[in-house]
Amino acid sequence: MAPYASDDSTHAGEADDLRVGRRKAMRYVVPVTVAGVAAATIGLVPAIADSGDPDLPKISAQQLIEKIAASDVQQLSGTVKITTDLGLPDLGGLESGLLSGATGGEGDGSSADPSAKLTELASGTHTLRVAADGPDKQKLSLLENAAEYSVIHNGKDVWGYDSASNEVYHSTAPAGEDPKDAETPVPATPKELTEEALKAVDDTTSVTVDGTVQVAGRDAYKLLVKPKQSGSTVGAISVAVDAETGLPLKFTLTPTSGGAAVVDAGFTQVSFAKPAASTFDFTPPKGAKVTEEEAGDAAEAPGHSGKAPEEDFDRDLAGLNVLGEGWTSIATFDTGGEGVPSSGDMADAGALGGFLDSFGDKVTGKFGSGTVFSTRLINALVTDDGKVYAGAVTKDALVKAANAGQ
Amino acid sequence: MSQVDLVEAERAAVAKPSPLWTLGLFRSEFVTTLRRWRTLALLGVLAAVPILVGIAVKIETEDGSTAGQQGGGGEGPAFMAQITNNGLFLVFTALAATLPFFLPMAVGVIAGDAVAGEANAGTLRYLLVAPAGRTRLLLAKYATTVAFCLLATLVVAVSALAVGALLFPLGDLTTISGTRISLADGLVRALLIALVVAASLLGVAALGLFVSTLTNSGIAAMATTVGLLTTVQILDQIPQLHAIQPYLFSHYWLSFADLMRDPVYWDELRKNLGLQALYVAVFGSAAWARFTAKDITA
Repeated sequence: MAPYASDDSTHAGEADDLRVGRRKAMRYVVPVTVAGVAAATIGLVPAIADSGDPDLPKISAQQLIEKIAASDVQQLSGTVKITTDLGLPDLGGLESGLLSGATGGEGDGSSADPSAKLTELASGTHTLRVAADGPDKQKLSLLENAAEYSVIHNGKDVWGYDSASNEVYHSTAPAGEDPKDAETPVPATPKELTEEALKAVDDTTSVTVDGTVQVAGRDAYKLLVKPKQSGSTVGAISVAVDAETGLPLKFTLTPTSGGAAVVDAGFTQVSFAKPAASTFDFTPPKGAKVTEEEAGDAAEAPGHSGKAPEEDFDRDLAGLNVLGEGWTSIATFDTGGEGVPSSGDMADAGALGGFLDSFGDKVTGKFGSGTVFSTRLINALVTDDGKVYAGAVTKDALVKAANAGQ
Repeated sequence: MSQVDLVEAERAAVAKPSPLWTLGLFRSEFVTTLRRWRTLALLGVLAAVPILVGIAVKIETEDGSTAGQQGGGGEGPAFMAQITNNGLFLVFTALAATLPFFLPMAVGVIAGDAVAGEANAGTLRYLLVAPAGRTRLLLAKYATTVAFCLLATLVVAVSALAVGALLFPLGDLTTISGTRISLADGLVRALLIALVVAASLLGVAALGLFVSTLTNSGIAAMATTVGLLTTVQILDQIPQLHAIQPYLFSHYWLSFADLMRDPVYWDELRKNLGLQALYVAVFGSAAWARFTAKDITA
């Protein structure tokens, strides 16, 4: 212990100055080392933690699909991270309309408030919490900054609670209805997404088991679903299935064009223990604004956008035809309108036309000419005579379909 | 006690100062800091924030409406909407309102002043005459700043709790996940939140102390610390910089609200505390390297 060690220089000779200076500089090695070690740890720890896929007995794709179907997880709680990158311009409600129309055109207009809120999931990264205890008790929470939006299903009650505005939505699920329908209007968990994807499995699809992987600390099989046809924008769907329970833990959809996944939803933490009963108890807090919804009525959604575009879209889908089959099927319908107003031919629609033009590409073919709107997954062709062709297919496939349709 | 014993004891004391030395140094530092008018003024401003928020909410909701909903819901600091129904939420709102700027600014002033202020007043060399050593003095200075972080946070929390209890009802509260917890449980969580908020300020405190060892001007050190704070807050708002944002000390500050989820969501809280520890380690050791090697001229 030398309290005055650093004062040595006051009576050190000229020759010592350099040595002392060097010793002073040496002290800065400490903070630099700390920063370096921290940087290395941040960079390396995930890589180390990630190493080694678990060793699991071999299983065929058919067995794995059966395992998913037979999976009967009644009790679980966990955290799900969902990242969606459709490559859409951020237009709020528009994308939800597009999305629900695109997933097989069966968006049944359930724009009840939970659905309107949960369509936020259509873009960006979100953290969800899920908890379930049997068919009667489920909870899904969307974690926001210092706030949370929860949908709680307990018995015959379905509550939606938005803590940011302290507003409550309440509806009662009718006795006959499958409560699961009421609980999750939008597929958000890996399980629901997987069920949607497996619906599409037929002879146009190749399904393989692609090794094993660890998700949220659990051993899982990787199921790889790939379209056999060319022309689809869906590159591959990869599902990590929990080896023990058969529950899909992670769902990833990669586009043909490469790059980041379009949809990536996976558990970051999961537990199969029974969640605390209080999780599913909900009493509207004092002073909260409660909106009652009539059962089965596709409901009021005060203060939330996203409803109108969706309904419009559904109405438009009335004259819907599906061309082709499997992954390359193209939905087509006739709006009977004029196609996309473009700045060229309508003077008063100039601004709007220019706005829409900026999102689309002009294409011409045997069918005439039209505009293609593309995202990373769904492409849509709107011809100048008002026909719409849309599907998870490439631009060329759309033009070919339009040509054939003439 | 014989003469020899005394000499022995003295030698031992000089060669190896007892741990109480640091404590004594810390106590004298802390009392000196607290006696300064500027410290008291800072604490006064911090205590006034919840009073203002409480009165504003009370006036706004006089007609029975809910706070923060005129602007379309979810406006203003977090938890604003719940204050009218439960005064305890004023604690969370006040902390959410002061954490981005008022609290770190106050800490920046105290930390920036710690070494540079003494140098500026010409008292640093006298402090170093005492056989405590530079490392100990620096530790005492940092401990004082940390104690001020805690004190400042508690001042905000206690003032908010008092105002909340006076103006609004208290009772069982609803967590942001929609479950109900008792008032006692709520108070425990409020205390935890105050501790987490105080811990969130440790990074700024270490940064301020390092800046303070770089200069002999107290004002320059304070201005630099507060300037860095503002810069970091702005950088944290620019979406294009998302790659560096997880390393900014203020990035996870508002994660304290995760303590109000049920069950508590620890991910970001853990990241926040880890990040603060990293800042303390890096800038604390940098301050040590600078201060122990520095020529004290004032």
